[in-house]
Amino acid sequence: MRRVLPPVLFGLLALVLWEVLVTAGRVAPFILPAPSAIGAQIVEQRGNIGDAALASGANALVGLIGGTLLAVCAALAASRSTLLGDVSIPFAAVINALPIIALAPILNNMFESTSSVPRRLVTGIVVFFPVFLNLLRGLREVSPVHQELMRTYAASGWTFARKVRLPGALPHLFTGLRQASSLAVIAAVVAEYFGGLQDGLGARITSAAAFTAYPRAWAFVAGACLLGLTFYLVTLLLERLAMPWKRNLIS
Amino acid sequence: MSAPANSDPDVVPTSGPADTASVVVGNVTKIFNQGRSDEVPALSDVDLTVGSGEFVSLIGPSGCGKSTLLRLIADLIEPTSGTVTVAGRPAAQARREQEYGIAFQQAGLLEWRTVRRNVELPLELRGVGRAERRARAEEMLELVGLADFAGHYPGQLSGGMQQRVAIARALAVQPPLLLMDEPFGALDEMTRERLQSELLGICAKTGTSTVFVTHSISEAVFLSDRVVVMSARPGRIRASIAVELPSRDEAGRQAPVYFEKITEVRQALRS
Repeated sequence: MRRVLPPVLFGLLALVLWEVLVTAGRVAPFILPAPSAIGAQIVEQRGNIGDAALASGANALVGLIGGTLLAVCAALAASRSTLLGDVSIPFAAVINALPIIALAPILNNMFESTSSVPRRLVTGIVVFFPVFLNLLRGLREVSPVHQELMRTYAASGWTFARKVRLPGALPHLFTGLRQASSLAVIAAVVAEYFGGLQDGLGARITSAAAFTAYPRAWAFVAGACLLGLTFYLVTLLLERLAMPWKRNLIS
Repeated sequence: MSAPANSDPDVVPTSGPADTASVVVGNVTKIFNQGRSDEVPALSDVDLTVGSGEFVSLIGPSGCGKSTLLRLIADLIEPTSGTVTVAGRPAAQARREQEYGIAFQQAGLLEWRTVRRNVELPLELRGVGRAERRARAEEMLELVGLADFAGHYPGQLSGGMQQRVAIARALAVQPPLLLMDEPFGALDEMTRERLQSELLGICAKTGTSTVFVTHSISEAVFLSDRVVVMSARPGRIRASIAVELPSRDEAGRQAPVYFEKITEVRQALRS
């Protein structure tokens, strides 16, 4: 309770301040609508926000899972072969530096306009790199003692990977996943700005803004924020479940 | 450079397993980075025999190659020349057949496994069944006095406790040979003395042969049947001092022989 209370109080205070500033300062709604107006829109549009969040959430989830699976396989392969690892890291860095979102219009044109595939592809690509790079680092950081120990057990490469490398790299995997989970939602939402199927939060935000319905646009932004937060928190929960030894360390 | 098979009649006793020497190191030389500019001669013409059930300590200054010698016996590295035989077999084969248990200076526990599952690890890799694994691990934890901590994670234990878990893990496969590389080095004096007594008790109970690397003279004398003194650059065996204490307990630590042997080892190290 003591950990929850301060941020909640601070958030409420910020909202009140925002409301006062907008109404007292007569700020135009296209610059910044009042939180009460946004709140009213959230209540009014809750059905639409929910549907759009489900659509975007599904895209983000599919992209997140697909990108993660691919990244795990790639990292495993790259950690086993020095050559593959040395080649893949600069490649990963170069492609990571590309603004992947910029691929969205190209991908949208590659598929039918009713297809969800382009948004999921963009999400998958965005997810791939943080997971791949973090996991690869984890897989390579095996303590020399563990290495020698497994040698004294005459353990095979696969046994070594399964018993030592992978569990040892779990903290790194989750560091990557935490970054990736928020990125996945951003990518799934923003990819819609560039066409394709228009049933998610991104499309709702652009269309509301196009109709100068700014409080409504903000209501959908709030939905996107909530969706991102959900993804992040679920990842945190998974992390706690997957690594009970970290949790017990604190208590 | 792999060691020749155990057909060498000078090195391997041909009689039954009961009086087979546990470890025979024959004329071993080890040079790191041989043929390169940063070549380091680590060991030179080392001969060492560890009898069955014998407790042998290797002692010497840093860089004398005592850890290298232990690693050669464990087949973690290969000799440049000479032979290493463990339980009558070449070291590589003995390693594959898990003829020895090993404990390093660091406990090296897998932090994501509970204490019990850490001790089970070598059994798991040997394909021992779940129920037997569990029973054996609990027995070993009982032996090192950590039965109550079986369900804990290593991160929840103190350094001394972790080291005891590592020893339990080394003993879990009930190896005929125990290799220890300064396992008590990072521990405080009190814990160290308690673990020394525990180790002696375990070795006596199981009849395990032990090679124990240390740079503590008192530890070597207290624990060993024989203290092997080494000198540095290149590492050689300088003296082999047999120790016979009246008893290996508090009284043993007070006995005149204990102090005489400490002096003898110290002089051998200094000369």
